[in-house]
Amino acid sequence: MERREFIVAQLSFRNAVRDALAQEMRRDERVIVLGEDVAIGGVFKTTAGLLDEFGSRRVWDTPICEQAIAGAAMGAAIAGLRPIAEIMFSDFYATCWDQVVNEIAKTRYMTGGQVTIPLVLRGANGFGSLGFGSQHGQACENWVMTVPGLKIVSPATPAEMKGLLAAAIQDPDPVLVFEHKALYGAVEEVPDGDLVIPLGRARTVRPGRDVTLVGLSITVRTCEEAAERLDAQGISAEVIDLRTLVPLDAQAVLESVARTHRLVIAEENPGQLGWGASLSSIVVEEAFGELAGPPVRVSGGNIPYPVASVLEAEVAVTPDRVVRAVQQVLGISAPTATAVPQPAAIN
Amino acid sequence: MTQETVATRRFVEGEGLNVELFQRLVFTRRFLEKVDTLYRQGRVRGPAHLGLGQEAIAVGVGSLLRPGDRSIGTYRGHAHALARGASPESMLRELLGREGGICAGKGGSMHITSVEHGYYGSYAIVGAHLTIANGLAWADQIQRNDAVTVCFFGDGTVNIGAFHEAVTLAAVWKLPVVFVCENNQYMEYTPISAMIPTARPAADKAAAYGMTSIVVDGNDLTEVRRVIGAAIEDARCGRGPALVEADTYRLKGHSAADAGKYRPAEEVERWRARDPLLVYREQLIAAELLDDSAADQMWTDARDELNALTEVVLKAPPPDASGAWTDLWSDGSSSWRN
Ligand SMILES: Cc1ncc(C[n+]2csc(CCOP(=O)(O)OP(=O)(O)O)c2C)c(N)n1
Ligand SMILES: [Mg+2]
Repeated sequence: MERREFIVAQLSFRNAVRDALAQEMRRDERVIVLGEDVAIGGVFKTTAGLLDEFGSRRVWDTPICEQAIAGAAMGAAIAGLRPIAEIMFSDFYATCWDQVVNEIAKTRYMTGGQVTIPLVLRGANGFGSLGFGSQHGQACENWVMTVPGLKIVSPATPAEMKGLLAAAIQDPDPVLVFEHKALYGAVEEVPDGDLVIPLGRARTVRPGRDVTLVGLSITVRTCEEAAERLDAQGISAEVIDLRTLVPLDAQAVLESVARTHRLVIAEENPGQLGWGASLSSIVVEEAFGELAGPPVRVSGGNIPYPVASVLEAEVAVTPDRVVRAVQQVLGISAPTATAVPQPAAIN
Repeated sequence: MTQETVATRRFVEGEGLNVELFQRLVFTRRFLEKVDTLYRQGRVRGPAHLGLGQEAIAVGVGSLLRPGDRSIGTYRGHAHALARGASPESMLRELLGREGGICAGKGGSMHITSVEHGYYGSYAIVGAHLTIANGLAWADQIQRNDAVTVCFFGDGTVNIGAFHEAVTLAAVWKLPVVFVCENNQYMEYTPISAMIPTARPAADKAAAYGMTSIVVDGNDLTEVRRVIGAAIEDARCGRGPALVEADTYRLKGHSAADAGKYRPAEEVERWRARDPLLVYREQLIAAELLDDSAADQMWTDARDELNALTEVVLKAPPPDASGAWTDLWSDGSSSWRN
């Protein structure tokens, strides 16, 4: 089911990546791009045309060497450039995790602020029922969220993709941008011209009274679809798109919960230490008195992702599961309906 | 002037014997010995990895680099920071956990950094900083800066994946970077010979990266300057990166906590006779640029200077506790949410 915002074919999520890169490369000649196959446009065509416009001093193909890619980006950032490194699939962060976690995240702090590291690491992320399987289909934002010193952006729409990526490039600190691969084809009308959306500000996608639904990236759409179905049942759901996990706009969620008194969080990553757990604990610790019941998280299963459609469907975060979670927090769920389908594995 | 002659001229300039370099060797040796002593007194926070016996590499390369050139190293990095001009007092403040530490108390012995002097840091994950060195050099290449990056690392480092990725990328992109392997014969407590499939950890791998195999006597400052000087000038002139293996020896343990008992006494004695300070002193004396009394005076002066410095630093207060919460983000804060 297509959403209203996506039916006007103006800017695709994929082209929003390219537009943001081009926008910032035009604005600031220190901005450079590196990664595997980026000169020819990249496997997801997100860097198409950059070589033609900006030339080989600004667009650099690399060998398959994620550690060297992340390290080169870091060194160049310290030396005053603004590198944007493509890590083709976010699953591959595991191969350069040392550079990301031990070097990029920590070096400013452990040198007492002697260096500044304005870089962006970006690439395809997420499950999204595309059959990519266990090693190309993870939602990895929550890996990064355990590490102080890294900002995390995960846009939900083409406009957000363009504006948030631009802000990430302008940001003076390291930012990891997660591009949901199932959204690359999504299109929406985006105003012409430069677009920058500040990091750390959630978006209220639709207002509501009875329950707050919080999503990120593809699960924002999941929440919107759930909200429409709940509407038909006379339940008014507010939908919040977090946009960034660090900085986290916790206030937006706390304020919403203060009005609705109920919270459902939809996250695509496995529930075991998902970002939703962090958000849920903030709400419980800081707004316990506002809650009419415990927050419920709808998350991807605590398993590596399967491929066959019936197995994918079994673990996918769907509007259906969000609707059932809402019914649960409102105390109107059927006894067998739970937010998480797998045996005894809540969260 | 052709690139060739530029390189040749600089190379000759860097070759001569120089009493000031001996003084730097002496000061560096005294500094490391002082840290060793302070460690034994329980005054140094955390582990301290000393490059005692390896000073000629840091001092020699430091003397070849110009302002604007960059260097980067490992947890065994005190000599490399001093060699670029980092303040010994700020370093001692860092090591002893006092206010005014070179990394504001957040780095300690393993992360001594002095960006203002072109020393881009000491990294304690084996191999990681080779990839960062590439980025520093890449920025200079893109901006057409006439600058070189030198990256120091140990013999044990050639076995970790980051080494291979970094040297590959440097070669493919022809970066102005010189990788200097300080082959001190040990990776922690194990002789490197037991952990490499060929005789030489770095030099034997050079061909695989399309590089010349370069070995230098790392305990001979003159040789260090001659051989690494040529590699630096090649990189500066756009002839691409180099991988240099400098033979040397760690006169003490892996860190100040390690007595190094696993090393055969005969081996230690053999290398003691090749102490880089003895080697350079003899060269200077033979050239009549130094005599015994002047050399001895340098030892005394360096000791006195460091004793005085240590006294001042030990009297300094610790850093303000609130500093724990600064310097994560470039706005100075550490807050991640509103
Ligand atoms: C990735 C990683 N593995 C292991 C260690 C523990 N460790 C610290 S130093 C060291 C030995 C390194 O030997 P070498 O590269 O020869 O350097 P040296 O200490 O001799 O200067 C090891 C194994 C580490 N710091 N990082
Ligand atoms: Mg070694």
